[in-house]
Amino acid sequence: MTIYIQGIVYLFSINLISVMGLSLLTGFTGSFCFGQAGFMAVGAYTSGMLTKLVGWPLWLGIICGALAGALISIPIGLPTLKLKGDYFAIATLGFAEAVRLILENLQQYTGGARGIPGIETMDSPLPVLILALLIYILIRFYVSSTHGRSCIAIREDEMAANCIGINSPRMKTISFFVNGLLAGLAGALLAHYVGFIQPSMFGMAKSTELIIMVIFGGMHSVTGALFSTIILTSLPELLRAASIWRLVAYGLLVVIIMVVRPEGLLGSWELSPNNLKAIWNNLFNRKQSAREGN
Amino acid sequence: MILQQIVNGLSIGSVYAMIAVGYSLVYSVLNFSNFAHGEILMIGSFMGFFLLSVLKVPFPIALALSMVGAGIVAMAIERFGYRPLRLRKAPTLYFMIAAMGFSVFLQNLAIIVFTPNFRTYPQLFPLTPITLGQVAIGRLDLVIFFISLISLSVLSLFIYRTKMGTAIRATAYNYRVASLMGINPDIVIGIVFFLAGGTAGLGGMLFGMKYTTYPWMGALTIKAFIAAVVGGLGSLPGAVLGSFILGMVETFASGYVSSSFRDLFSYAIMIIIIIFLPSGLLGKNTSEKA
Repeated sequence: MTIYIQGIVYLFSINLISVMGLSLLTGFTGSFCFGQAGFMAVGAYTSGMLTKLVGWPLWLGIICGALAGALISIPIGLPTLKLKGDYFAIATLGFAEAVRLILENLQQYTGGARGIPGIETMDSPLPVLILALLIYILIRFYVSSTHGRSCIAIREDEMAANCIGINSPRMKTISFFVNGLLAGLAGALLAHYVGFIQPSMFGMAKSTELIIMVIFGGMHSVTGALFSTIILTSLPELLRAASIWRLVAYGLLVVIIMVVRPEGLLGSWELSPNNLKAIWNNLFNRKQSAREGN
Repeated sequence: MILQQIVNGLSIGSVYAMIAVGYSLVYSVLNFSNFAHGEILMIGSFMGFFLLSVLKVPFPIALALSMVGAGIVAMAIERFGYRPLRLRKAPTLYFMIAAMGFSVFLQNLAIIVFTPNFRTYPQLFPLTPITLGQVAIGRLDLVIFFISLISLSVLSLFIYRTKMGTAIRATAYNYRVASLMGINPDIVIGIVFFLAGGTAGLGGMLFGMKYTTYPWMGALTIKAFIAAVVGGLGSLPGAVLGSFILGMVETFASGYVSSSFRDLFSYAIMIIIIIFLPSGLLGKNTSEKA
């Protein structure tokens, strides 16, 4: 049972790291990234091959995986981020599919469709969980910094953002770079949690699932993404029987969210001491909060 | 050998053209990538399959029925998914996300309902090819080519020669001004989705006849997108031209290099076009309007 819970904690932390990058890129900067799994695959294969075939230590492999994800995002992002969002969405989708095709066909290095077995695994999920929560806090601060506010301005109206002096291609490239870094890190951690990697682990379904986590929690809230990652990582474990209907429900849910409540679960609410205090006041001493509100 | 590859390229290119035209049509009016387009294609393909193999309907009737069926599904998606967003003037990102939601929903529903098997259409045309000198032309390829040629001609006549077509072009040119001129955008967009869905359904059926039908065949939309980008997003002649170029490149790549790297070549063309000619071969050079 503890191993089972450990597994869920691993998966949650890894998903959270990837979702944080995607929340910054798609939720806050407004660039629809369809190929998150491709960046995770780059990170996973970099780390997996460095530790297994070259014999590097685990931590160095994970760092290299994250860096590989970040570096690959530059040549993809530079030409496409300047254009309209549609190009970017398809370019990332094409990138992820191309990565999968290359991994499947370079048999002598990547083991083809069978993948790489016997990768060194991690001992405890605790460091991963701490790392994931640390990244959550960092992204929370980033989003409310000058850079983060520029990103929000770009999402709301790119032309207006350019007019007030925001260098939108540069800001978008930074978001994309951070997303690549986090996705590469998540991929590397996934490789060292599962112990083997295959191209099919990084298909379209993975990218879609991650983007759904961002949309479901609220595209304008990092905390929303955190909550939806908790819910959508543990829910499939609880509802094993209905697993084939899961993606059908997700798809329908995404449409309903867009039509009825595009701000998602939490809207733009964030977890912060002040907001928690406001909830506390609302629940327990209503009069005081009403007075404060006025 | 080269002539043979050209024939194959024309055949697959004409299927891509059917898909890309609908994609470009929706793009030209609503300015977003309809990722659910591929799932409409899949639905059309399955409709054609069941009409032909289970109900044993004659081929032309099956063709017409799956076209109309896919068109109605596309209209329903527009009515329930995109129209509320459009009336709220939601950003393009929301349209794309809703489209992705429909795509995930329909694809996985199809996997459950139709089971994840590859299905082969019943044999409609004899397999013996027509030989012209060195070149062998499959009868099915010929039928596919002419069906798409005819339907693309009818579509372009409709768009460039009729009153409703003029309304569609006006709406594509400027949505708000068109609605001031007495054009009902709801009706126009409904018809655009019907046309796009119909051509997608037809394309799906032709693709199913040439290869197979399976629930995740909607991934073909990415080919349609590449074709539309190469020709210029939003331009219908561009979409057709781009499709034939893509068909040629793919058959030549799988003929002379390796079929497993075929898709890499398609992505490479798209990246090259995006970097050097972002508005495509025939697209207008438009910047985003505020």
